[in-house]
Amino acid sequence: MSKLGTLGARLYRGEVGYDFVGKRKIWYGISILITITAIVGLAVRGLTMGIEFEGGAAFTTPKTSMSAAQAESAAEAASGHDAIAQKLGDGTIRITIGGIDTGKSDQIKKELAKDLKVDANTINADLVGPSWGETIAKKAWTGLIVFMILVVIYLAIAFEWRMALAALVALIHDLTITVGIYALVGFEVTPGTVIGLLTILGYSLYDTVVVFDGLKEGQKGITKQTRVTYSEMANKSLNGTLVRSINTTVVALLPVAGLLFIGGGVLGAGMLNDISLSLFVGLAAGAYSSIFIATPLVADLKETMPEMKALKKRVLAKRAAAAAKGETEEPQDDSPLDEDDDPQTAGAVVGQRRQPSRNNRGKRR
Amino acid sequence: MAAPNKGRRPAAGGQSKPGRALAFILIAMVALTGGMFLSHTTTPRLGIDLAGGTSITLKAKAEPGQESAINKKNMDTAVQIMNRRVNGLGVSEAEVQTQGSDNIIVNIPKGTNSEQARQQVGQTAKLYFRPVLTAQPTAAPPTPSASPSPSGEATPTPSGKASPNASGKATPSAGKPSSAGTPQGRALTDALKAPGTPTPGASKPSTPAPNPSASGDSAAAAKLQAQFAALDCSTKEARSKAAEGAKSSEPTVACDKDGQEKYILGPAEVDGTDVSKAQAVINQQNGQWIVQMDFTGGGSKKFAAITGKLSQQQYPNNRFAIALDNQVVSAPTVSSTLSGSAEISGNFTQASAQDLANVLSYGALPLSFQEQGVTTVTAALGADQLHAGLIAGAIGLALVIIYLVAYYRGLATIAILSLVVSAILTYAIMTLLGPTISFALNLPAVCGAIVAIGITADSFIVYFERIRDEIREGRTLRPAVERAWPRARRTILVSDFVSFLAAAVLFVVTVGKVQGFAFTLGLTTLLDVVVVFLFTKPVMTLLARRPFFANGHPWSGLDPKRLGAKPPLRRARRTTSAPVDNPKEA
Repeated sequence: MSKLGTLGARLYRGEVGYDFVGKRKIWYGISILITITAIVGLAVRGLTMGIEFEGGAAFTTPKTSMSAAQAESAAEAASGHDAIAQKLGDGTIRITIGGIDTGKSDQIKKELAKDLKVDANTINADLVGPSWGETIAKKAWTGLIVFMILVVIYLAIAFEWRMALAALVALIHDLTITVGIYALVGFEVTPGTVIGLLTILGYSLYDTVVVFDGLKEGQKGITKQTRVTYSEMANKSLNGTLVRSINTTVVALLPVAGLLFIGGGVLGAGMLNDISLSLFVGLAAGAYSSIFIATPLVADLKETMPEMKALKKRVLAKRAAAAAKGETEEPQDDSPLDEDDDPQTAGAVVGQRRQPSRNNRGKRR
Repeated sequence: MAAPNKGRRPAAGGQSKPGRALAFILIAMVALTGGMFLSHTTTPRLGIDLAGGTSITLKAKAEPGQESAINKKNMDTAVQIMNRRVNGLGVSEAEVQTQGSDNIIVNIPKGTNSEQARQQVGQTAKLYFRPVLTAQPTAAPPTPSASPSPSGEATPTPSGKASPNASGKATPSAGKPSSAGTPQGRALTDALKAPGTPTPGASKPSTPAPNPSASGDSAAAAKLQAQFAALDCSTKEARSKAAEGAKSSEPTVACDKDGQEKYILGPAEVDGTDVSKAQAVINQQNGQWIVQMDFTGGGSKKFAAITGKLSQQQYPNNRFAIALDNQVVSAPTVSSTLSGSAEISGNFTQASAQDLANVLSYGALPLSFQEQGVTTVTAALGADQLHAGLIAGAIGLALVIIYLVAYYRGLATIAILSLVVSAILTYAIMTLLGPTISFALNLPAVCGAIVAIGITADSFIVYFERIRDEIREGRTLRPAVERAWPRARRTILVSDFVSFLAAAVLFVVTVGKVQGFAFTLGLTTLLDVVVVFLFTKPVMTLLARRPFFANGHPWSGLDPKRLGAKPPLRRARRTTSAPVDNPKEA
């Protein structure tokens, strides 16, 4: 842990760091690849929709010694429709029957109870009319769009439109990945999944906001100096908040993992599992996107601004001049906006910081 | 709400008076938990999916061209009616709620007859009053009515019959005893009259003459006749199917709800929604059960018009069928013009009078509904799921704590304490919201609470990392704590606001299970802000004074050396210039 602690310190001071922004092309490439895969997966395989969206019934029996195949044929006989039976971890059987309407369910439940030799009252039934799914899906879309509009407006006010735009792209990216994974792996989409997916909205942005907040601080007064370009500043600030970002993601993932592997695992399929699965996938994607996509994107957008272009020119000119003089480039590790440090002390700090750090392993630059 | 705070200097009162904030949150905790115990609700109300029971989701169906009928008022009326229906079953704690703009969720706890409830609730009952054009007993007419009972000729009082009060508020006919008992064979002889007037003689049970008063073209009449002839009222299914798809504006055929009689009915003249109130009462004079009903303003007029017309007719055309879902519940005879209020007498038992009154009062939903989903969960499975959810939550919490302790060492104490405070507040509020806004903890809500552990812990991480950054700058702990706060506060507010926005949008646009999740998430996000501001920060300020933390004990999580702080030279300078906090104790 102490190593991690010093790594955090070195990340903070910019002694080590990974050039996320500089290598953005790679990450954009990877993300585009993932997105294409997700879209292809979605187009080819489609999503496996749960009965909640298709209409149908799901019955959960109490613990039974009956095999899934037996239950399946019993259910098919009782309903006259195709049924899918799964034996769950705790010995219960979940039987899904598509295409039946809610009116018939009681009768099927009774017959099922008779065939399985259990009391009808101990069978859980979940019946959904086919049009319900449309409603849920429609509401989910409405929610998604309303949220995106609101959050873009909010972020544009709290930060600026470029960051809002980048955050939105990152968000869409996360959702695409999550949906793509669902399509490719064939996880069933249930209302639980939708809940999870919609929650990712807030969460993915939480992470992005933490990173952007550092970025916002970093860009203060950036045009007044000639040592770093915007992209370099963005990268440094990203590295500075990396530990924070990783920690928040890990801490967010831990309870979700608990839900997914323990809560869900104990009971087998169920809403706990559905929510936590999509949350898990989405959170992981969200952490990735805020670091690898959102920040580089902001940098790219910013670099198109005239003043940032001018800054870049000045910085490069200064470096070229310095190189011509044969001086080694001064490592730039102080954030230009350590607000209350006046320029003089800031300079002094830079001097101090060039002391060799005790532990330089892991230094990648 | 959470506009990022630009100024970093006004670090607010929390910093200088940590005691006040702590006292405040302590009072809040005591008040909430106290309220919990005082109201004797110490556990949150569990949702159907955890406690076991049946949950029915109904969606309002707009009839073509009447999409605007799905509005808040009608939905609320429907909820009220359904509520009466489920609770009329003797179901306790059944709850009916609107969700979203066009959904109604009916939750019926375990142990009640969910099937019966489902039938009652799901009934897309439409109540109409239609004039009877033709009536015919289906099977052999019930014996009692075959032999004319002594009723009919029983002294029709002048006040009631001869001079029909236009107002319908029939002057009670001076307690004239309605001597002869009400006729037998209720389906045939129910009578509709103004309250107070004695039973006007129900005419003899008559052999009904199928003579639909030739309204409309003869082709339609002939078709109706053919339908009538073919009408089979022998089984329940056949009866409910008999008048399927009948329009309220057209004549139709219908069965009696017991299959005793079949009818050709004229177009609906009065809607069920025109009835403002109906109740079963005992007629003081003869000890018979009767049903009294009152009409709304518009209903009175319509009712007066039609009863005026009907009272002129001969049997059976002076009968007025009360058709619920196109099955005739009752078809009393009309002897005078009525409006405002009326009563139906007949051979009622208390139950059947109550039934009819219920049908009249609550039978008419302003909208029709479609069953969208039904979930039955046995208590056993619900308990299992709750159990699994709690285990998952505990494990998630444990994982977070282990991580925090491993990474932040001593600082983790503050995080854990804050989590505990947060948990207590969340639990107390959830519990108290049960009775107040009937919040029920369902499985997604449990999930939301577990996920919220992460959100809450995130805030601490943001703050702690900021403090560490300040220490790396070479500051001592006390100034570091104060300087880190405004920056961390902004990040926490912005990100919590985004989370809250997501939860709020989810809550507003979604239905059913999703709402529980969104609610929990929104609640815990708000509480996170409260806890961080009123607990974490003040406690941090206080602990920064303890030597263990202030001197950077290796286990404090704030060891400057371990954090790679700048050399002390700078630190010394810093201390003097940094804002000094007021060492006032709580």
